[in-house]
This record gives sequence, structure tokens and C-alpha cells, in this order.
Amino acid sequence: MNILLVDDSRTIRNIQKNVLKQLGHTDIVEAEDGVIAYAIFSKQPPDLMLVDWNMPNMDGITLIRKVRETNKTIPIIMCTTEAEKSRVLEAIKAGVNNYIVKPFTVESLGEKISQTMAKATGAAAAS
Amino acid sequence: MDVRYINAFIGSICKTFETMCRMPVTVGKPEKKGNNEPKTDVSSIIGFSGDAAGSVILHFSFDTAAKIATSFAGIEITPKHPDFADALGELANMVAGGAKCQFQGLNISVSLPNVIVGSNHNVSASKNSPRVIIPCSTEAGTFHVEIGMVLTQPAEAIRLGAQM
Repeated sequence: MNILLVDDSRTIRNIQKNVLKQLGHTDIVEAEDGVIAYAIFSKQPPDLMLVDWNMPNMDGITLIRKVRETNKTIPIIMCTTEAEKSRVLEAIKAGVNNYIVKPFTVESLGEKISQTMAKATGAAAAS
Repeated sequence: MDVRYINAFIGSICKTFETMCRMPVTVGKPEKKGNNEPKTDVSSIIGFSGDAAGSVILHFSFDTAAKIATSFAGIEITPKHPDFADALGELANMVAGGAKCQFQGLNISVSLPNVIVGSNHNVSASKNSPRVIIPCSTEAGTFHVEIGMVLTQPAEAIRLGAQM
């Protein structure tokens, strides 16, 4: 399973990578903004994306809208400090499958990733 | 400054440091920033714009900053580590984001983090907006959180705008 981490903070990407490795996932690609992430997606769509909201060059919500123009199925988790209800609704409307607010515990991040993957795997098996 | 804004920041500071650094914070009495402002080595800055304008700044000594960044990242981060500024900027981002979501009715955007690293510096801000310094103690040492925030239009206009 190939996972794309999109966050302008390398510290956050490293924390996310450690959680994913604990869950047994080692095929991980990183991007520090939406432009780089979209280029990676266009070349080889990943199996899961973790996306920050506020980033330089292209923010996370714009990236998700662009991805959803051509791909409705990749599970996307938004991982952001944006916690207002209006922002969560905006992200759902754009096409995210799950949402985690920073600050997060390693356990809660692991749970969200596992939940999202389980749902995606279940949906793929049912179709 | 409205005490509700100060309390929102205090709540967010405690939650961010406890969750991401596993480090409880003891918050001291907030005071108006005066002429005897503390000189610091690292300042992580997040700006606000929209219905309110201003900034939140986390001020650290090198020693405290390194210990906090290490707890946050889960690897040793010294001031010379390439992720030193990144880690401290992200902490400020989380403090700002956590406070922002409690400013009900205000539509506020936050900037990307800026981190100033330099021995014994201070950060000057507009004299027109009141600024508050909150002292914070942790097992890693003491740091200060500086907040300055003013509404960009009368509160009544913002309230009516939110209802439309």
C-alpha cells in the first residue's frame, strides 16, 4: 500500500511516518505542498493520502478538489489545525473521507488511519 | 484585550503541549507587554487576519526550545538540527489553530509559521494594539507566549455578518 503524506512541516511528516511504520506501512511518499503532491498523484495515484490544510504554493483543500476531479476513490484524511465546524464541512464537501485535528495523539492518528483504510478496503471488496 | 481570547490561548497552549510533547504546562499570570519585555533566542510567530488582526508569538531560550522540540519530534533536536525551526513553528501553528476555533463568530485566517532564531533578540510589534505576555513553565524550562489581537471592525458588525 502506497501512502502519500502532504504537510509543509517535516516534523509532522516524520511523526506520521512513525505511526504508519508502527501500523506496518513502509511504502510512504512525502510532499511539502499541494503542487508537489498533485504532481506525485498525477504520475502514480497513491492508495491513501494524509493532507494538511495550510501550506504554501497550493493548500490542502485545493489539492483535494483537484484530486477529486479525476479520482473519487482514493481515501483522503485531512490532518490540520483548522477545527471549526465550517472548515470540517468544507473539507467533507471537497471529498475527504476522514478528518483529524492537530494537536493529535499518536494513538488517535493511528486509529483514524486504520478506520479509513478498513472502510476503503471494505468498499472496494463490496464493489 | 478581551479575556476570552486570552483564555482561549491558555487552553490551547496547555492542550498542545500536553498532547504533542507529553508535557504539562503551568500558566502564570498574563501581563501587559511593557518596556521590560523578555529577550529570547527563538520566536515562533503566527499572524492573524480577517475579522481580527494580530499575532501569537512563542518565545523560548535555546535550551528550552531544544528540549521542547525534542519531546515534540520524538528525536533529539538541537538548535543546529535542520528541523529545529520547523518543529517550533508547527507548535505555534497548533497553539494558534486551537485558540482560533474558540473565537466564535469571528472569521479568522492564520498565516504560515515564521521562526526567528538568534541569540537574545526581541520582537517589536505595533504600539497601537495591546499585547499580553503569558509566562509558561514546563519541565523543559520556562517560555513566554505573546498575544496581540484587535478586531478589524466593530464587534456588532461582525456579529451581524455572521448571522447573514
